[in-house]
Amino acid sequence: MVCDICGKNQATVHLTEIIDDQMSELHLCEECARKKSQQMESQFGLADLLAGLAEFGKPQEEKGESVKLKCPNCGMTYENFIKMGRLGCSECYYAFKKYLVPLLKKIHGTSQHVGKAPHKLTRVVKAAPQDEMQVLRDKLQKAVEAEEFEEAARIRDQIKEAQKSKAGVSSGKETKGDAR
Amino acid sequence: MNLNDLLKHTSEWLKSTGPNSDIVMSSRVRLARNIDKLAFPSWANEKQSQKVLELVTEAVAKIDYFKNASLFKLAEVDSLDKQFLIERHLMSHEHAQKTDSKALVLEPEEIMSIMVNEEDHLRMQIMQSGLNLFEAWNIMSKIDDQLSDTLTFAFSQNWGYLTACPTNTGTGMRGSVMLHLPALVATRQINRVLQAVAKLSFTTRGLYGEGTQASGNFFQISNQISLGHSEEMIIENINGLIRQIIDQETQSRNALLTNNRAFLEDKVWRSYGTLENAYIINSEETIELLSMVRLGVDTGIIKNIDRCAVNELFILTQPAHLQKMVGKKISSEERDVKRAEIIREKLKIKQ
Repeated sequence: MVCDICGKNQATVHLTEIIDDQMSELHLCEECARKKSQQMESQFGLADLLAGLAEFGKPQEEKGESVKLKCPNCGMTYENFIKMGRLGCSECYYAFKKYLVPLLKKIHGTSQHVGKAPHKLTRVVKAAPQDEMQVLRDKLQKAVEAEEFEEAARIRDQIKEAQKSKAGVSSGKETKGDAR
Repeated sequence: MNLNDLLKHTSEWLKSTGPNSDIVMSSRVRLARNIDKLAFPSWANEKQSQKVLELVTEAVAKIDYFKNASLFKLAEVDSLDKQFLIERHLMSHEHAQKTDSKALVLEPEEIMSIMVNEEDHLRMQIMQSGLNLFEAWNIMSKIDDQLSDTLTFAFSQNWGYLTACPTNTGTGMRGSVMLHLPALVATRQINRVLQAVAKLSFTTRGLYGEGTQASGNFFQISNQISLGHSEEMIIENINGLIRQIIDQETQSRNALLTNNRAFLEDKVWRSYGTLENAYIINSEETIELLSMVRLGVDTGIIKNIDRCAVNELFILTQPAHLQKMVGKKISSEERDVKRAEIIREKLKIKQ
């Protein structure tokens, strides 16, 4: 396949653009792709770049859902964030967690903080049990995908057990709260 | 503290007393902090921003380090003074815009400043002379601890310090080092170096901060990633990279001195000659020529001129500084005359 722009070189970069539900494909050689990306960089500011990242790699059907998310503390919607490239308050991190964690990973290569913490912590952290649960769910997912159903059933029971003990500890009090 | 007093004072980072001062102008550590649950500045209404300003003012007043510091409300600072503060690297361009609830905390040594209600509630910086990020971080971390005794900072065990822009989340820290690399530029190796810097997830900016072009062979290099590494690790990584660049600049300087000495001496002395004899000079030409004079001082070609005096001229010859010295607003043409006068006076070789 030859490059759509110069028509000479072999196309090695394949771009899919979706504008107003119209999908178009571009096949470019390395040189033309670099030119095009430079054009794009000069057209967009940081906010757009971030917004682009925030939307990047998300399944099509989820885009509608994400823009409706709203921070209960400051009223910022995920759509506001995409437009501005800045969050509204510290609580937005929890409200937009589902989309923000992948974004943090994209920017920093990880979403786990290492480093200093304030003397007095903002809130008691319940992250560990949440993580354990997530590990189990990930394992379950993998087992199902690999069609290892015996293993999957075992993990499912572990999850049930863990949920039971968690509910027992907090004795029905405030079980809905996200682990933070 | 009166802002006019700063004019007679040399900023700590210009003093040329820190390690590797022949190549490294200054080191800067910046921390972004926010108060838990309060709306970030760009999303906050006036009342909320005022609340932040009150809380920060209260917290700063409790800290011994700030006992001689002043808090300037930006709405009450005139445009010339704002430009003056930007030129001294004490605040950002962004901080001079829409000044309603913005403030600047400044201590007289100009080592530390805090921008209140810039992109985050607090943007704190420590400036040091030479390659001295660890020292900057040590000072900064202590003040951060003391502030967190009073203020409840937005923090999550998972994501660290929570900032308005996700590019600062985690440590909220940016370490920057200002390098003077005339020999790498002259030997046309600078692009290779800058490409390597970009590949390693560091950013390069010019002498006057974000969005500025490299001028006078000055390059400011800082970390891009703020999450997933400890503050010490981030600084260690920057230091490692900077040391390599210092080695390369040193090698290039030595190569010029050995193989092209006449070329180098010619460049340096012509630059000095122009600066010493000009009666009208613009800031662009000044920066380029001063860069060559600095190289002359660093390589021993020019003796009896203090490096600190050259460093200072990069700041003193900026538009707002010239106007503060004259004591009133003057036109660009008048500034070019005043600039030449200051340079002739400051660059005299001691006999």
